[in-house]
Amino acid sequence: MTDDNANDPRALILDDVHIRLDGRTLVHVSTTIGPGDICSIMGPSGSGKSTLLAYLSGFLDSAFQATGRVVQGGRDLTGLAPHQRRLGLLLQDPLLFPHMSVGQNLLFAVPAGAGDRRQREAIAAKALDDAGLSGFFHRDPATLSGGQKARVALMRVLVSEPGALLLDEPFSRLDADRREKIRQFVFAKARQRRLPVLLVTHDEADAASAGGEVFVIAA
Amino acid sequence: MLRIAPAIAIAILVGPILFGLAATILPAAGVFPALGGEALSLEPARRLLAQPGLWRSCAISLATGLITTAISLTLVMTFVAGWSNTRLFGSLQHLVSPLLSVPHAAAAFGLAFLIAPSGWIMRLVSPELTGFASPPDWLILHDPLGLAMIAGLVVKEVPFLFLVTLSAMPQTLPRRYSQAAMSLGYGKTAAFIFVVWPRIYRQIRLAVFAVIAYASSVVDVALILGPTNPAPLAVRVLGWMHDPDLSMRFDASAGALLQLALTLLAFAIWLVLERLFGAIRDGLAMSGLRFRADRALRAAAAALIAVCATAVFLGLTILALWSVAGLWPFADALPSQLTMRTWQRQIGNLAGPFWTTVSVGLAATAISLVVALACLEREARTGRAGGSWAIMLLYLPLIVPQVSFVFGLQLLLLSVGVGASWLAVVFAHVIFVLPYLFLSIADPWRAWDHRFGQVAGAAGSGPDRIFWRIRLPMLLRSALVAAAVGFAVSVGQYLPTVLIGAGRWPTVTTEAVALAAGGDRRVIGVFAFIQMVLPFVGFALAAAIPAIIFANRRDLRAAA
Repeated sequence: MTDDNANDPRALILDDVHIRLDGRTLVHVSTTIGPGDICSIMGPSGSGKSTLLAYLSGFLDSAFQATGRVVQGGRDLTGLAPHQRRLGLLLQDPLLFPHMSVGQNLLFAVPAGAGDRRQREAIAAKALDDAGLSGFFHRDPATLSGGQKARVALMRVLVSEPGALLLDEPFSRLDADRREKIRQFVFAKARQRRLPVLLVTHDEADAASAGGEVFVIAA
Repeated sequence: MLRIAPAIAIAILVGPILFGLAATILPAAGVFPALGGEALSLEPARRLLAQPGLWRSCAISLATGLITTAISLTLVMTFVAGWSNTRLFGSLQHLVSPLLSVPHAAAAFGLAFLIAPSGWIMRLVSPELTGFASPPDWLILHDPLGLAMIAGLVVKEVPFLFLVTLSAMPQTLPRRYSQAAMSLGYGKTAAFIFVVWPRIYRQIRLAVFAVIAYASSVVDVALILGPTNPAPLAVRVLGWMHDPDLSMRFDASAGALLQLALTLLAFAIWLVLERLFGAIRDGLAMSGLRFRADRALRAAAAALIAVCATAVFLGLTILALWSVAGLWPFADALPSQLTMRTWQRQIGNLAGPFWTTVSVGLAATAISLVVALACLEREARTGRAGGSWAIMLLYLPLIVPQVSFVFGLQLLLLSVGVGASWLAVVFAHVIFVLPYLFLSIADPWRAWDHRFGQVAGAAGSGPDRIFWRIRLPMLLRSALVAAAVGFAVSVGQYLPTVLIGAGRWPTVTTEAVALAAGGDRRVIGVFAFIQMVLPFVGFALAAAIPAIIFANRRDLRAAA
């Protein structure tokens, strides 16, 4: 990471973030992730790395005690409600809303300020084109393959115009040959949009492929 | 609205019971200024105790409550123990909801039409097997021991207890534990009863107490099938409440409290029975016996469950047949001709009660659904779930006998000038609709994958948008099924409707029960048929609406 990148206001800053459970430290991290950079947090399951993402996105269970600031785009996000933080979240499962079509899943995420109905539909359709899924607008998400679902899930996050991307083992449910393709797809899209990315994973291949800073937490 | 939702729910569940009981205690203690009761006195109690046959009425109610519950629970336990993880079990699971949706009164009429001396079973075997050319003079319905009433209650409580058992089972990992016991050489039934049932029972205990309370204080089923001379206590209390001699209100209030005491006594006896059964079970479990020869027991359990389901479905069929029967002389198995004449004659009498039933049912269901969803949404947003006391509160209206507080509630509503309005009837129904609706929707609502909400939230949606656009549509089917449960409960309400409505808001249920004494099977058939069809339509809509809306969404169809 270059210093320029770190000083860019779009960077995602974790300032002395410290999460505890019953007085025991789960995660303690300070870092600045520049736009287009990917920071990996490695640790076995149960080590609290998902807890970190829950804290950053505003869903932390009240059983945990957390301190430290989260800053992005020049805004202190720490006390904000989840929907005000603009931190896109990609989880293990694609979690496409089953009652909506593929296109409606994307439209749901496009911000209201992005334009009128037609402009918003154009954004959704373009996102599908970008993901190699042209013509999938009216499809039932249940009929998609695992890789297609993963790509729709990513595009859904991207059209919501997030300031940064939080990834929670988004590749672990994919079969081995598809995993590398989706991984490259996600990283390429994030770099292309110059989004700071925080990736938590237990898979060393993920971190190696990301190529950025790596933090390791013990169990 | 969201913040006060739990308070509203608690007010609905607890308020009427507290005020209703208070307004029952005062007249029971002689205080009822409108009727000249100014000071505390033991006179109402003395008059109550002087009622002829009072203790026999009490004994019938107590025995009905305990025997109904013991039979139903034993049947469900033995069947679940002997047949879980079998194909028969899976297919019977689908019959539970339709069975449960049949109102008690309709099921009781159906049973009466089957087992009466002039009923369908006797017609089927006469005169060939019995030699009877006319119905025998046997006291099958309204028998003095209340056996017909107990049968009518058992066929309805078995599906209820079966359903609560089914929903409690997954958390007890029944398969793993009973397989562990079977690998030690235990028979299937014994393995389940020894190692799984105790944990299931702990979870369904409140429902069991609700069955005791219901069966020990039931009015509508008792009027259709129960003993008459003397009748069970709750029936007599209702009679005193409706007595033209207004001073009988004192006796009625004292009787309502006696009913409460009686149900509490039934609970106390049940607690002893629980201990006893537990001790016997543990003794057998430690005896080293393996109880491998359980084939006959399993067969008997399956047969009895089948008899219960058949009795309800066949009874309803016969009931429907009577509504379109022309001439149907005794000993003919089928009517000699079918006619719509009864329907044509009754359509005028049916219309008013029909619309009251539907409008009260829809209103009570809508109110309960909004309150239940508001409570659950509040719980989701604050992360604070009601503890075990919240479940206790939900069961409260099901555990306090209706007759012991609804009468007081009526007096109270009259005294504040709300009177016997349509809204008052709706309000009275909500007290009983809300618990069932809440219990029906809470599990699927809480089981929803919260990560859908997190993903939507991270994409910029606030809590309201997530509720309306994601959570509610995804759970639409569960919400509609819960609404159908609530509607069915409202349709089946007898006592709150006649008491709070003061007879001015007849429903198909109150009309059908009122017809019981007359014994015109064709007219009863019409009213009871509508009573049974209304809940069924509710469940059919709850299945059809999501199927149409989400015809193109495989993951929501598979959730069925």
